Amino acid sequence: MASEFSYPDSAAKAAAGAQAAPAEFQTEKMSLSMGPSHPSTHGVLRLQMELDGEILTKADPVVGYLHRGDEKIAENMTYNQFVPYTDRLDYLAPLANNMAYAIAVERLAKLEVPARCQAIRVLTAEMARISAHLMGLGAFALDVGAWSVLLYALEEREKLYKLFEELTGARFTTSYTRIGGVTRDVPEGWLARTNAFCDQFLPILEEMLKLLTRNKIFMDRTVGVGVISKADALAYGLTGPNLRGSGVGLDLRKDKPYSGYEQYEFDVPVGTKGDCYDRYLVRGEEMRQSVRIIRQVIGKFPDGPWYATDAKRIFAPPKDKVMSSMEELIQNFMIVTEGPQIPAGEVYFEAENPKGILGFFIVSKGGGVPYRLKIRSPSFCNLSILPKVCVGNLISDVVSILGSLDFVMGECDR
Amino acid sequence: MATGTPLERKPLTFAERTYVPQILSGLKTTWQHLVRPKETLEYPEQRPAIPPGYRGVPTLVKDPHGREKCVSCQLCEFVCPPKAIRITPGEIAPDAPTGHVEKAPKEFEIDMLRCIYCGMCQEVCPEEAIFLQNQFSMTGYTREEMVNNKARLYELGGTLPDDHFKWDKKLEAEKHGNAH
Ligand code: SF4
Ligand code: SF4
Repeated sequence: MASEFSYPDSAAKAAAGAQAAPAEFQTEKMSLSMGPSHPSTHGVLRLQMELDGEILTKADPVVGYLHRGDEKIAENMTYNQFVPYTDRLDYLAPLANNMAYAIAVERLAKLEVPARCQAIRVLTAEMARISAHLMGLGAFALDVGAWSVLLYALEEREKLYKLFEELTGARFTTSYTRIGGVTRDVPEGWLARTNAFCDQFLPILEEMLKLLTRNKIFMDRTVGVGVISKADALAYGLTGPNLRGSGVGLDLRKDKPYSGYEQYEFDVPVGTKGDCYDRYLVRGEEMRQSVRIIRQVIGKFPDGPWYATDAKRIFAPPKDKVMSSMEELIQNFMIVTEGPQIPAGEVYFEAENPKGILGFFIVSKGGGVPYRLKIRSPSFCNLSILPKVCVGNLISDVVSILGSLDFVMGECDR
Repeated sequence: MATGTPLERKPLTFAERTYVPQILSGLKTTWQHLVRPKETLEYPEQRPAIPPGYRGVPTLVKDPHGREKCVSCQLCEFVCPPKAIRITPGEIAPDAPTGHVEKAPKEFEIDMLRCIYCGMCQEVCPEEAIFLQNQFSMTGYTREEMVNNKARLYELGGTLPDDHFKWDKKLEAEKHGNAH
Protein backbone atom coordinates (compact mmCIF):
# COMPACT_ATOMS: atom_id res chain seq x y z
CA MET A 1 0.00 0.00 0.00
CA ALA A 2 1.24 3.41 -0.82
CA SER A 3 -0.68 4.86 2.08
CA GLU A 4 2.46 6.15 3.73
CA PHE A 5 2.35 9.00 1.23
CA SER A 6 -1.21 10.03 1.84
CA TYR A 7 -1.79 13.56 2.94
CA PRO A 8 -5.04 13.37 4.93
CA ASP A 9 -3.05 11.66 7.63
CA SER A 10 -0.68 14.56 7.81
CA ALA A 11 -3.61 16.93 7.49
CA ALA A 12 -5.36 15.19 10.35
CA LYS A 13 -2.14 15.29 12.33
CA ALA A 14 -1.79 19.00 11.69
CA ALA A 15 -5.44 19.55 12.65
CA ALA A 16 -4.99 17.60 15.86
CA GLY A 17 -1.81 19.54 16.53
CA ALA A 18 -3.63 22.82 16.08
CA GLN A 19 -6.31 21.72 18.54
CA ALA A 20 -3.73 20.69 21.08
CA ALA A 21 -1.74 23.91 20.79
CA PRO A 22 -1.79 26.20 23.79
CA ALA A 23 -4.37 28.97 23.71
CA GLU A 24 -1.91 31.70 22.79
CA PHE A 25 -1.10 29.86 19.53
CA GLN A 26 -4.73 29.45 18.50
CA THR A 27 -5.27 31.63 15.47
CA GLU A 28 -8.35 33.01 13.84
CA LYS A 29 -9.91 31.18 10.95
CA MET A 30 -9.52 32.76 7.58
CA SER A 31 -12.04 32.82 4.77
CA LEU A 32 -10.78 32.55 1.27
CA SER A 33 -12.53 32.50 -2.06
CA MET A 34 -11.17 30.20 -4.70
CA GLY A 35 -12.64 31.15 -8.05
CA PRO A 36 -14.84 32.01 -9.89
CA SER A 37 -11.76 32.82 -11.91
CA HIS A 38 -9.06 30.45 -10.76
CA PRO A 39 -7.00 28.07 -12.90
CA SER A 40 -7.85 24.99 -10.87
CA THR A 41 -11.59 25.50 -10.62
CA HIS A 42 -12.02 24.60 -14.29
CA GLY A 43 -14.35 27.33 -15.29
CA VAL A 44 -16.42 29.49 -13.07
CA LEU A 45 -16.84 27.51 -9.88
CA ARG A 46 -16.31 29.51 -6.74
CA LEU A 47 -15.31 27.71 -3.60
CA GLN A 48 -15.93 29.72 -0.45
CA MET A 49 -13.47 28.22 2.01
CA GLU A 50 -12.80 28.64 5.68
CA LEU A 51 -9.24 27.82 6.64
CA ASP A 52 -7.50 26.97 9.83
CA GLY A 53 -3.91 27.48 8.77
CA GLU A 54 -3.72 25.37 5.66
CA ILE A 55 -6.55 23.07 6.57
CA LEU A 56 -10.06 23.52 5.33
CA THR A 57 -12.70 23.66 7.98
CA LYS A 58 -15.50 24.56 5.60
CA ALA A 59 -15.98 24.54 1.83
CA ASP A 60 -19.05 25.94 0.12
CA PRO A 61 -19.31 25.67 -3.62
CA VAL A 62 -21.01 28.70 -5.14
CA VAL A 63 -22.43 27.88 -8.53
CA GLY A 64 -24.45 29.79 -11.09
CA TYR A 65 -21.90 32.09 -12.69
CA LEU A 66 -22.55 30.48 -16.05
CA HIS A 67 -26.29 30.27 -15.72
CA ARG A 68 -27.97 30.91 -19.06
CA GLY A 69 -31.47 29.68 -18.38
CA ASP A 70 -31.26 26.80 -20.84
CA GLU A 71 -34.34 25.14 -19.40
CA LYS A 72 -36.46 28.24 -19.94
CA ILE A 73 -34.95 28.80 -23.37
CA ALA A 74 -36.08 25.30 -24.31
CA GLU A 75 -39.70 26.21 -23.67
CA ASN A 76 -39.50 28.91 -26.31
CA MET A 77 -38.22 26.96 -29.26
CA THR A 78 -38.91 23.82 -31.20
CA TYR A 79 -37.32 20.53 -30.17
CA ASN A 80 -34.78 20.69 -32.98
CA GLN A 81 -33.79 24.27 -32.32
CA PHE A 82 -32.73 23.28 -28.81
CA VAL A 83 -30.06 20.86 -30.06
CA PRO A 84 -27.33 23.55 -30.33
CA TYR A 85 -28.03 24.46 -26.72
CA THR A 86 -27.30 20.91 -25.61
CA ASP A 87 -23.82 21.28 -27.15
CA ARG A 88 -23.16 23.86 -24.53
CA LEU A 89 -24.06 21.77 -21.52
CA ASP A 90 -21.01 19.56 -21.18
CA TYR A 91 -19.03 21.35 -23.84
CA LEU A 92 -16.27 18.78 -23.70
CA ALA A 93 -18.58 16.08 -25.02
CA PRO A 94 -21.27 17.77 -27.12
CA LEU A 95 -21.94 14.66 -29.18
CA ALA A 96 -22.94 12.70 -26.09
CA ASN A 97 -25.30 15.49 -25.00
CA ASN A 98 -26.86 15.68 -28.46
CA MET A 99 -27.53 11.98 -28.32
CA ALA A 100 -29.01 11.99 -24.82
CA TYR A 101 -31.38 14.81 -25.72
CA ALA A 102 -32.49 13.27 -29.01
CA ILE A 103 -33.19 9.92 -27.38
CA ALA A 104 -35.20 11.59 -24.60
CA VAL A 105 -37.50 13.28 -27.12
CA GLU A 106 -37.71 10.14 -29.24
CA ARG A 107 -38.79 8.13 -26.18
CA LEU A 108 -41.55 10.68 -25.67
CA ALA A 109 -42.61 10.28 -29.29
CA LYS A 110 -42.26 6.47 -29.04
CA LEU A 111 -40.04 6.64 -32.08
CA GLU A 112 -37.47 3.98 -32.87
CA VAL A 113 -34.55 5.13 -34.95
CA PRO A 114 -32.95 2.69 -37.41
CA ALA A 115 -29.97 0.55 -36.42
CA ARG A 116 -27.52 2.60 -38.46
CA CYS A 117 -28.54 5.78 -36.69
CA GLN A 118 -28.15 4.07 -33.31
CA ALA A 119 -24.70 2.83 -34.28
CA ILE A 120 -23.61 6.29 -35.43
CA ARG A 121 -24.79 7.74 -32.14
CA VAL A 122 -23.02 5.14 -30.02
CA LEU A 123 -19.86 5.64 -32.03
CA THR A 124 -19.90 9.41 -31.66
CA ALA A 125 -20.79 9.20 -27.96
CA GLU A 126 -17.83 6.94 -27.27
CA MET A 127 -15.52 9.20 -29.24
CA ALA A 128 -16.85 12.09 -27.20
CA ARG A 129 -16.15 10.10 -24.05
CA ILE A 130 -12.53 9.64 -25.07
CA SER A 131 -12.13 13.31 -25.89
CA ALA A 132 -13.77 14.35 -22.60
CA HIS A 133 -11.68 11.99 -20.51
CA LEU A 134 -8.52 13.09 -22.29
CA MET A 135 -9.27 16.65 -21.37
CA GLY A 136 -10.31 15.65 -17.85
CA LEU A 137 -7.12 13.70 -17.20
CA GLY A 138 -4.92 16.28 -18.89
CA ALA A 139 -6.32 19.09 -16.78
CA PHE A 140 -6.16 16.97 -13.62
CA ALA A 141 -2.51 16.14 -14.25
CA LEU A 142 -1.78 19.78 -14.98
CA ASP A 143 -3.36 20.79 -11.69
CA VAL A 144 -1.10 18.47 -9.74
CA GLY A 145 1.94 19.59 -11.67
CA ALA A 146 2.37 17.31 -14.68
CA TRP A 147 2.47 19.43 -17.82
CA SER A 148 3.24 16.88 -20.50
CA VAL A 149 0.09 14.81 -19.97
CA LEU A 150 -2.03 17.74 -21.09
CA LEU A 151 0.01 18.06 -24.26
CA TYR A 152 -0.51 14.41 -25.07
CA ALA A 153 -4.19 14.80 -24.36
CA LEU A 154 -4.59 17.85 -26.55
CA GLU A 155 -2.77 16.22 -29.41
CA GLU A 156 -5.03 13.18 -29.35
CA ARG A 157 -8.12 15.27 -28.85
CA GLU A 158 -7.18 17.30 -31.87
CA LYS A 159 -7.23 14.13 -33.96
CA LEU A 160 -10.69 13.36 -32.67
CA TYR A 161 -11.81 16.89 -33.42
CA LYS A 162 -10.62 16.49 -36.99
CA LEU A 163 -12.89 13.47 -37.25
CA PHE A 164 -15.81 15.34 -35.66
CA GLU A 165 -15.22 18.22 -38.03
CA GLU A 166 -15.47 15.93 -40.99
CA LEU A 167 -18.58 14.22 -39.70
CA THR A 168 -20.59 17.12 -38.34
CA GLY A 169 -19.03 20.22 -39.88
CA ALA A 170 -17.81 21.60 -36.57
CA ARG A 171 -15.08 20.65 -34.15
CA PHE A 172 -16.68 21.69 -30.95
CA THR A 173 -20.32 22.65 -31.17
CA THR A 174 -21.40 19.69 -33.18
CA SER A 175 -25.24 19.96 -33.01
CA TYR A 176 -25.23 16.59 -34.68
CA THR A 177 -28.52 14.95 -33.78
CA ARG A 178 -32.02 15.85 -34.81
CA ILE A 179 -35.16 14.34 -33.37
CA GLY A 180 -35.45 11.07 -35.27
CA GLY A 181 -31.95 10.95 -36.66
CA VAL A 182 -28.74 12.82 -37.23
CA THR A 183 -27.90 15.71 -39.55
CA ARG A 184 -25.84 13.69 -42.00
CA ASP A 185 -24.61 10.21 -42.72
CA VAL A 186 -20.98 9.25 -42.11
CA PRO A 187 -18.76 10.45 -44.95
CA GLU A 188 -16.89 8.13 -47.29
CA GLY A 189 -13.90 6.52 -45.62
CA TRP A 190 -14.62 8.11 -42.26
CA LEU A 191 -15.07 4.82 -40.44
CA ALA A 192 -11.71 3.61 -41.67
CA ARG A 193 -10.11 6.81 -40.46
CA THR A 194 -11.77 6.37 -37.07
CA ASN A 195 -10.42 2.84 -36.90
CA ALA A 196 -6.97 4.12 -37.79
CA PHE A 197 -7.28 6.66 -35.01
CA CYS A 198 -8.02 3.87 -32.52
CA ASP A 199 -5.01 1.88 -33.72
CA GLN A 200 -2.59 4.70 -33.13
CA PHE A 201 -4.38 5.98 -30.03
CA LEU A 202 -3.95 2.94 -27.78
CA PRO A 203 -0.12 2.99 -27.65
CA ILE A 204 -0.16 6.74 -27.07
CA LEU A 205 -2.74 6.34 -24.32
CA GLU A 206 -0.48 3.81 -22.63
CA GLU A 207 2.44 6.16 -22.96
CA MET A 208 0.40 8.98 -21.50
CA LEU A 209 -0.94 6.95 -18.58
CA LYS A 210 2.52 5.60 -17.90
CA LEU A 211 3.54 9.13 -17.02
CA LEU A 212 1.11 9.09 -14.12
CA THR A 213 0.10 5.63 -12.98
CA ARG A 214 3.43 4.68 -11.41
CA ASN A 215 4.63 8.18 -10.77
CA LYS A 216 5.53 8.78 -7.15
CA ILE A 217 4.82 12.49 -7.24
CA PHE A 218 1.41 11.94 -8.80
CA MET A 219 0.63 9.18 -6.31
CA ASP A 220 1.71 11.32 -3.40
CA ARG A 221 -0.78 13.91 -4.49
CA THR A 222 -3.68 11.56 -5.17
CA VAL A 223 -3.48 8.28 -3.25
CA GLY A 224 -5.67 8.47 -0.18
CA VAL A 225 -6.68 12.06 -0.97
CA GLY A 226 -10.34 12.98 -1.24
CA VAL A 227 -11.67 9.57 -0.29
CA ILE A 228 -15.37 9.21 -1.02
CA SER A 229 -16.97 6.15 0.53
CA LYS A 230 -19.46 4.03 -1.36
CA ALA A 231 -22.29 5.14 0.89
CA ASP A 232 -21.42 8.82 0.53
CA ALA A 233 -21.09 8.54 -3.21
CA LEU A 234 -24.57 7.07 -3.42
CA ALA A 235 -26.08 9.44 -0.87
CA TYR A 236 -24.81 12.53 -2.69
CA GLY A 237 -26.02 11.30 -6.05
CA LEU A 238 -22.61 11.00 -7.62
CA THR A 239 -22.59 9.36 -11.02
CA GLY A 240 -20.16 8.45 -13.75
CA PRO A 241 -16.46 7.85 -13.15
CA ASN A 242 -16.69 9.56 -9.76
CA LEU A 243 -19.23 7.01 -8.54
CA ARG A 244 -17.39 4.12 -10.12
CA GLY A 245 -14.17 5.34 -8.55
CA SER A 246 -15.83 4.70 -5.21
CA GLY A 247 -16.52 1.12 -6.16
CA VAL A 248 -20.15 1.25 -7.31
CA GLY A 249 -20.47 -0.40 -10.69
CA LEU A 250 -23.37 1.68 -11.96
CA ASP A 251 -23.12 2.26 -15.68
CA LEU A 252 -26.33 2.92 -17.58
CA ARG A 253 -24.82 1.60 -20.76
CA LYS A 254 -24.89 -1.79 -19.04
CA ASP A 255 -27.73 -1.40 -16.56
CA LYS A 256 -30.33 0.32 -18.72
CA PRO A 257 -28.95 -0.01 -22.25
CA TYR A 258 -30.12 2.50 -24.82
CA SER A 259 -29.30 3.03 -28.47
CA GLY A 260 -28.16 -0.57 -28.83
CA TYR A 261 -25.44 -0.58 -26.17
CA GLU A 262 -26.53 -4.10 -25.21
CA GLN A 263 -24.86 -5.44 -28.36
CA TYR A 264 -21.40 -4.35 -27.38
CA GLU A 265 -19.04 -5.95 -24.95
CA PHE A 266 -17.13 -3.82 -22.51
CA ASP A 267 -16.09 -3.80 -18.88
CA VAL A 268 -17.17 -1.34 -16.24
CA PRO A 269 -14.03 -0.44 -14.30
CA VAL A 270 -14.53 0.40 -10.63
CA GLY A 271 -12.17 1.69 -8.01
CA THR A 272 -11.43 0.05 -4.68
CA LYS A 273 -10.70 3.03 -2.42
CA GLY A 274 -12.64 5.99 -3.77
CA ASP A 275 -9.71 8.38 -3.68
CA CYS A 276 -8.46 10.76 -6.38
CA TYR A 277 -6.14 8.08 -7.69
CA ASP A 278 -9.04 5.67 -8.21
CA ARG A 279 -10.99 8.25 -10.13
CA TYR A 280 -7.95 8.73 -12.32
CA LEU A 281 -7.60 4.97 -12.89
CA VAL A 282 -11.27 4.63 -13.78
CA ARG A 283 -11.04 7.36 -16.46
CA GLY A 284 -7.94 5.82 -17.93
CA GLU A 285 -9.55 2.41 -18.18
CA GLU A 286 -12.79 3.82 -19.57
CA MET A 287 -10.89 5.21 -22.52
CA ARG A 288 -9.58 1.75 -23.31
CA GLN A 289 -13.11 0.37 -23.03
CA SER A 290 -14.44 3.10 -25.31
CA VAL A 291 -11.91 2.12 -27.94
CA ARG A 292 -13.19 -1.44 -27.58
CA ILE A 293 -16.76 -0.29 -28.15
CA ILE A 294 -15.78 1.87 -31.13
CA ARG A 295 -14.08 -1.07 -32.79
CA GLN A 296 -17.13 -3.27 -32.26
CA VAL A 297 -19.46 -0.62 -33.68
CA ILE A 298 -17.29 -0.20 -36.76
CA GLY A 299 -16.94 -3.98 -37.05
CA LYS A 300 -20.67 -4.49 -37.48
CA PHE A 301 -21.73 -1.12 -38.83
CA PRO A 302 -25.30 -1.58 -40.09
CA ASP A 303 -26.50 -0.48 -43.51
CA GLY A 304 -29.83 1.13 -44.16
CA PRO A 305 -31.32 4.52 -43.47
CA TRP A 306 -29.65 6.80 -40.95
CA TYR A 307 -32.82 8.58 -39.85
CA ALA A 308 -36.38 7.54 -39.11
CA THR A 309 -37.77 7.56 -42.65
CA ASP A 310 -41.35 6.87 -41.58
CA ALA A 311 -41.54 9.76 -39.10
CA LYS A 312 -43.00 12.20 -41.62
CA ARG A 313 -44.03 14.73 -39.02
CA ILE A 314 -40.80 14.59 -37.02
CA PHE A 315 -37.77 14.36 -39.29
CA ALA A 316 -37.51 16.75 -42.21
CA PRO A 317 -37.43 15.19 -45.69
CA PRO A 318 -34.19 14.98 -47.70
CA LYS A 319 -33.14 18.17 -49.48
CA ASP A 320 -33.48 16.71 -52.97
CA LYS A 321 -37.14 16.02 -52.38
CA VAL A 322 -37.74 19.45 -50.86
CA MET A 323 -36.31 21.00 -54.00
CA SER A 324 -38.40 18.98 -56.39
CA SER A 325 -41.70 18.00 -54.82
CA MET A 326 -44.49 20.13 -53.44
CA GLU A 327 -45.50 17.64 -50.76
CA GLU A 328 -42.05 17.45 -49.24
CA LEU A 329 -41.67 21.21 -49.49
CA ILE A 330 -44.74 21.65 -47.33
CA GLN A 331 -43.61 18.91 -44.97
CA ASN A 332 -40.26 20.67 -44.53
CA PHE A 333 -42.05 23.95 -43.91
CA MET A 334 -44.33 22.43 -41.29
CA ILE A 335 -41.54 20.72 -39.36
CA VAL A 336 -39.45 23.87 -39.32
CA THR A 337 -42.17 26.30 -38.31
CA GLU A 338 -44.23 24.11 -35.97
CA GLY A 339 -41.46 21.81 -34.80
CA PRO A 340 -41.39 18.02 -34.80
CA GLN A 341 -44.83 16.82 -33.70
CA ILE A 342 -44.43 15.11 -30.35
CA PRO A 343 -47.49 13.71 -28.53
CA ALA A 344 -48.51 14.95 -25.09
CA GLY A 345 -46.92 13.19 -22.15
CA GLU A 346 -43.92 13.09 -19.89
CA VAL A 347 -40.60 11.36 -20.18
CA TYR A 348 -37.44 11.05 -18.14
CA PHE A 349 -34.45 9.66 -19.93
CA GLU A 350 -30.92 9.50 -18.67
CA ALA A 351 -27.75 8.57 -20.48
CA GLU A 352 -24.29 7.66 -19.30
CA ASN A 353 -22.28 10.70 -20.31
CA PRO A 354 -18.54 11.12 -19.77
CA LYS A 355 -19.17 13.17 -16.64
CA GLY A 356 -21.95 11.02 -15.27
CA ILE A 357 -25.65 10.60 -15.79
CA LEU A 358 -27.21 13.31 -17.90
CA GLY A 359 -30.98 13.25 -17.61
CA PHE A 360 -33.72 15.08 -19.48
CA PHE A 361 -37.20 15.36 -18.05
CA ILE A 362 -39.59 16.63 -20.66
CA VAL A 363 -43.26 17.48 -20.33
CA SER A 364 -45.10 17.89 -23.58
CA LYS A 365 -48.59 19.17 -24.17
CA GLY A 366 -48.32 18.01 -27.76
CA GLY A 367 -46.89 19.94 -30.67
CA GLY A 368 -43.39 21.02 -31.48
CA VAL A 369 -42.32 22.85 -28.34
CA PRO A 370 -41.68 21.35 -24.90
CA TYR A 371 -43.93 22.61 -22.13
CA ARG A 372 -41.17 22.09 -19.57
CA LEU A 373 -37.70 20.70 -19.91
CA LYS A 374 -35.58 19.88 -16.88
CA ILE A 375 -31.94 18.90 -17.14
CA ARG A 376 -30.33 16.71 -14.53
CA SER A 377 -26.70 17.55 -14.99
CA PRO A 378 -24.06 15.20 -13.56
CA SER A 379 -21.56 17.94 -12.75
CA PHE A 380 -24.05 19.76 -10.55
CA CYS A 381 -24.78 16.64 -8.51
CA ASN A 382 -21.13 15.63 -8.39
CA LEU A 383 -20.18 19.01 -6.97
CA SER A 384 -22.63 18.62 -4.10
CA ILE A 385 -20.10 16.40 -2.34
CA LEU A 386 -17.47 19.14 -2.17
CA PRO A 387 -18.38 20.41 1.35
CA LYS A 388 -18.08 16.85 2.59
CA VAL A 389 -14.94 15.74 0.83
CA CYS A 390 -12.85 18.90 1.06
CA VAL A 391 -13.10 19.53 4.79
CA GLY A 392 -10.04 18.39 6.74
CA ASN A 393 -7.80 18.45 3.72
CA LEU A 394 -4.92 20.74 2.98
CA ILE A 395 -5.67 23.53 0.56
CA SER A 396 -3.30 22.06 -2.00
CA ASP A 397 -5.25 18.80 -1.87
CA VAL A 398 -8.40 20.66 -2.80
CA VAL A 399 -6.76 21.23 -6.17
CA SER A 400 -6.32 17.47 -6.58
CA ILE A 401 -9.88 16.80 -5.49
CA LEU A 402 -11.36 19.35 -7.90
CA GLY A 403 -9.27 17.96 -10.72
CA SER A 404 -10.26 14.40 -9.96
CA LEU A 405 -13.98 15.20 -9.87
CA ASP A 406 -13.71 16.46 -13.47
CA PHE A 407 -16.73 18.72 -13.67
CA VAL A 408 -17.70 21.22 -16.29
CA MET A 409 -19.52 24.36 -15.31
CA GLY A 410 -21.42 24.80 -18.56
CA GLU A 411 -23.44 21.81 -17.52
CA CYS A 412 -23.53 22.51 -13.80
CA ASP A 413 -24.94 26.01 -14.21
CA ARG A 414 -26.76 25.43 -17.52
CA MET B 1 -26.46 -2.78 -11.11
CA ALA B 2 -23.64 -4.20 -13.14
CA THR B 3 -20.77 -5.55 -11.18
CA GLY B 4 -17.70 -3.59 -12.08
CA THR B 5 -14.22 -4.86 -12.72
CA PRO B 6 -12.10 -3.64 -9.81
CA LEU B 7 -8.97 -1.84 -10.87
CA GLU B 8 -5.69 -3.13 -9.67
CA ARG B 9 -3.46 -0.95 -7.50
CA LYS B 10 0.05 -2.10 -6.86
CA PRO B 11 2.28 -0.42 -4.30
CA LEU B 12 5.41 1.26 -5.59
CA THR B 13 8.56 -0.77 -5.56
CA PHE B 14 11.67 0.53 -3.86
CA ALA B 15 13.25 1.53 -7.17
CA GLU B 16 10.11 3.42 -8.15
CA ARG B 17 10.10 5.26 -4.86
CA THR B 18 13.57 6.59 -5.52
CA TYR B 19 12.11 8.24 -8.64
CA VAL B 20 15.21 7.29 -10.62
CA PRO B 21 13.49 4.92 -13.13
CA GLN B 22 10.86 7.58 -13.79
CA ILE B 23 13.48 10.20 -14.57
CA LEU B 24 15.29 7.86 -16.92
CA SER B 25 12.19 6.74 -18.77
CA GLY B 26 11.09 10.37 -18.89
CA LEU B 27 14.32 11.28 -20.63
CA LYS B 28 13.82 8.42 -23.05
CA THR B 29 10.35 9.68 -23.90
CA THR B 30 11.67 13.18 -24.42
CA TRP B 31 14.31 11.95 -26.85
CA GLN B 32 11.73 9.96 -28.74
CA HIS B 33 9.60 13.05 -29.11
CA LEU B 34 12.49 15.01 -30.56
CA VAL B 35 12.39 12.87 -33.66
CA ARG B 36 8.62 12.40 -33.95
CA PRO B 37 6.82 14.45 -36.62
CA LYS B 38 5.54 17.80 -35.47
CA GLU B 39 1.82 18.08 -34.78
CA THR B 40 1.48 21.84 -34.62
CA LEU B 41 0.67 24.27 -37.38
CA GLU B 42 2.10 27.72 -37.75
CA TYR B 43 -1.15 29.58 -38.09
CA PRO B 44 -1.79 31.93 -39.88
CA GLU B 45 1.05 31.20 -42.33
CA GLN B 46 -0.07 27.59 -42.50
CA ARG B 47 -3.77 26.93 -42.70
CA PRO B 48 -5.62 23.78 -41.67
CA ALA B 49 -7.31 21.77 -44.41
CA ILE B 50 -11.05 22.35 -44.29
CA PRO B 51 -13.12 19.20 -44.92
CA PRO B 52 -16.16 19.34 -47.23
CA GLY B 53 -19.35 20.11 -45.37
CA TYR B 54 -17.57 22.38 -42.94
CA ARG B 55 -19.79 24.85 -41.13
CA GLY B 56 -18.09 28.20 -41.53
CA VAL B 57 -19.56 31.64 -42.01
CA PRO B 58 -23.09 31.53 -43.48
CA THR B 59 -23.29 33.12 -46.93
CA LEU B 60 -25.82 33.64 -49.69
CA VAL B 61 -25.07 32.02 -53.04
CA LYS B 62 -26.12 32.69 -56.63
CA ASP B 63 -26.90 30.08 -59.23
CA PRO B 64 -24.49 29.42 -62.15
CA HIS B 65 -26.32 32.07 -64.23
CA GLY B 66 -25.61 34.67 -61.58
CA ARG B 67 -29.22 34.86 -60.46
CA GLU B 68 -30.30 35.34 -56.87
CA LYS B 69 -31.61 32.11 -55.35
CA CYS B 70 -33.15 33.32 -52.12
CA VAL B 71 -36.88 33.96 -52.38
CA SER B 72 -37.08 35.54 -48.90
CA CYS B 73 -39.34 32.82 -47.53
CA GLN B 74 -37.85 33.68 -44.12
CA LEU B 75 -37.61 30.07 -43.02
CA CYS B 76 -33.97 30.54 -42.04
CA GLU B 77 -34.85 33.67 -40.11
CA PHE B 78 -37.46 31.69 -38.24
CA VAL B 79 -35.31 28.67 -37.45
CA CYS B 80 -32.11 30.45 -36.46
CA PRO B 81 -31.82 29.57 -32.75
CA PRO B 82 -30.05 32.77 -31.64
CA LYS B 83 -32.07 34.95 -34.06
CA ALA B 84 -29.04 36.19 -35.99
CA ILE B 85 -30.84 36.67 -39.32
CA ARG B 86 -32.96 39.64 -40.31
CA ILE B 87 -34.71 39.67 -43.65
CA THR B 88 -36.75 42.40 -45.34
CA PRO B 89 -38.71 40.73 -48.14
CA GLY B 90 -39.01 42.50 -51.45
CA GLU B 91 -40.78 42.02 -54.78
CA ILE B 92 -39.26 41.25 -58.14
CA ALA B 93 -40.74 43.36 -60.94
CA PRO B 94 -43.12 41.14 -62.97
CA ASP B 95 -41.40 42.07 -66.24
CA ALA B 96 -37.94 41.09 -65.00
CA PRO B 97 -36.42 37.88 -66.43
CA THR B 98 -37.06 36.12 -63.12
CA GLY B 99 -40.39 37.85 -62.62
CA HIS B 100 -42.22 34.56 -62.05
CA VAL B 101 -40.18 33.99 -58.86
CA GLU B 102 -42.04 37.04 -57.52
CA LYS B 103 -40.01 37.57 -54.36
CA ALA B 104 -36.43 38.24 -53.37
CA PRO B 105 -34.95 39.76 -50.22
CA LYS B 106 -34.71 43.53 -50.20
CA GLU B 107 -32.30 43.36 -47.30
CA PHE B 108 -30.69 40.32 -45.71
CA GLU B 109 -28.54 40.69 -42.63
CA ILE B 110 -26.70 38.08 -40.59
CA ASP B 111 -25.28 39.31 -37.32
CA MET B 112 -22.07 37.39 -36.89
CA LEU B 113 -21.90 38.37 -33.25
CA ARG B 114 -25.03 36.33 -32.69
CA CYS B 115 -24.52 33.49 -35.16
CA ILE B 116 -23.44 30.21 -33.56
CA TYR B 117 -22.57 28.47 -36.85
CA CYS B 118 -25.17 25.78 -36.21
CA GLY B 119 -26.02 25.30 -39.86
CA MET B 120 -29.77 25.18 -39.37
CA CYS B 121 -30.37 27.95 -41.89
CA GLN B 122 -28.68 25.89 -44.59
CA GLU B 123 -30.53 22.79 -43.45
CA VAL B 124 -34.00 24.28 -43.78
CA CYS B 125 -33.60 26.51 -46.83
CA PRO B 126 -35.96 25.22 -49.53
CA GLU B 127 -34.03 27.02 -52.28
CA GLU B 128 -30.47 25.96 -51.40
CA ALA B 129 -29.67 29.64 -51.25
CA ILE B 130 -27.79 29.89 -47.97
CA PHE B 131 -24.63 27.92 -47.29
CA LEU B 132 -22.11 27.74 -44.50
CA GLN B 133 -18.82 27.73 -46.34
CA ASN B 134 -15.13 27.48 -45.57
CA GLN B 135 -14.39 30.76 -43.92
CA PHE B 136 -13.89 30.31 -40.18
CA SER B 137 -12.36 33.51 -38.89
CA MET B 138 -14.33 36.72 -38.90
CA THR B 139 -13.00 39.81 -37.24
CA GLY B 140 -13.98 43.42 -37.01
CA TYR B 141 -13.46 46.50 -34.92
CA THR B 142 -17.07 47.55 -34.46
CA ARG B 143 -20.40 45.84 -33.96
CA GLU B 144 -21.65 47.24 -37.27
CA GLU B 145 -18.77 45.66 -39.14
CA MET B 146 -19.76 42.28 -37.82
CA VAL B 147 -23.22 42.44 -39.40
CA ASN B 148 -23.03 41.00 -42.90
CA ASN B 149 -25.47 42.74 -45.20
CA LYS B 150 -26.88 41.34 -48.44
CA ALA B 151 -24.09 42.60 -50.68
CA ARG B 152 -21.44 41.22 -48.38
CA LEU B 153 -23.23 37.88 -48.05
CA TYR B 154 -23.31 37.45 -51.84
CA GLU B 155 -19.69 38.51 -52.07
CA LEU B 156 -18.72 35.88 -49.51
CA GLY B 157 -20.96 33.22 -51.00
CA GLY B 158 -20.15 33.43 -54.70
CA THR B 159 -21.70 30.87 -57.00
CA LEU B 160 -22.34 27.23 -56.30
CA PRO B 161 -23.44 24.55 -58.76
CA ASP B 162 -27.19 23.97 -58.95
CA ASP B 163 -28.67 20.51 -59.48
CA HIS B 164 -32.26 21.60 -59.77
CA PHE B 165 -32.84 24.93 -61.51
CA LYS B 166 -36.19 24.73 -59.83
CA TRP B 167 -37.59 28.02 -61.13
CA ASP B 168 -36.52 27.39 -64.72
CA LYS B 169 -38.40 24.09 -64.61
CA LYS B 170 -41.40 25.85 -63.15
CA LEU B 171 -41.37 28.47 -65.92
CA GLU B 172 -41.12 25.67 -68.48
CA ALA B 173 -44.08 23.91 -66.90
CA GLU B 174 -46.13 27.10 -66.78
CA LYS B 175 -45.49 27.70 -70.46
CA HIS B 176 -46.88 24.26 -71.15
CA GLY B 177 -49.88 25.14 -69.07
CA ASN B 178 -49.41 22.86 -66.06
CA ALA B 179 -48.25 24.84 -63.12
CA HIS B 180 -47.24 22.81 -59.98
S1 SF4 C 1 -32.08 31.90 -47.60
FE1 SF4 C 1 -33.44 30.21 -48.03
S2 SF4 C 1 -34.60 29.94 -46.14
FE2 SF4 C 1 -33.64 31.94 -46.02
S3 SF4 C 1 -35.19 33.32 -46.81
FE3 SF4 C 1 -33.88 32.78 -48.52
S4 SF4 C 1 -34.91 31.07 -49.46
FE4 SF4 C 1 -35.80 31.27 -47.44
S1 SF4 D 1 -25.66 29.18 -38.79
FE1 SF4 D 1 -27.23 28.97 -37.22
S2 SF4 D 1 -26.94 30.76 -35.96
FE2 SF4 D 1 -25.85 31.19 -37.85
S3 SF4 D 1 -27.31 32.25 -39.12
FE3 SF4 D 1 -27.51 30.10 -39.63
S4 SF4 D 1 -29.15 29.35 -38.29
FE4 SF4 D 1 -28.47 31.31 -37.46
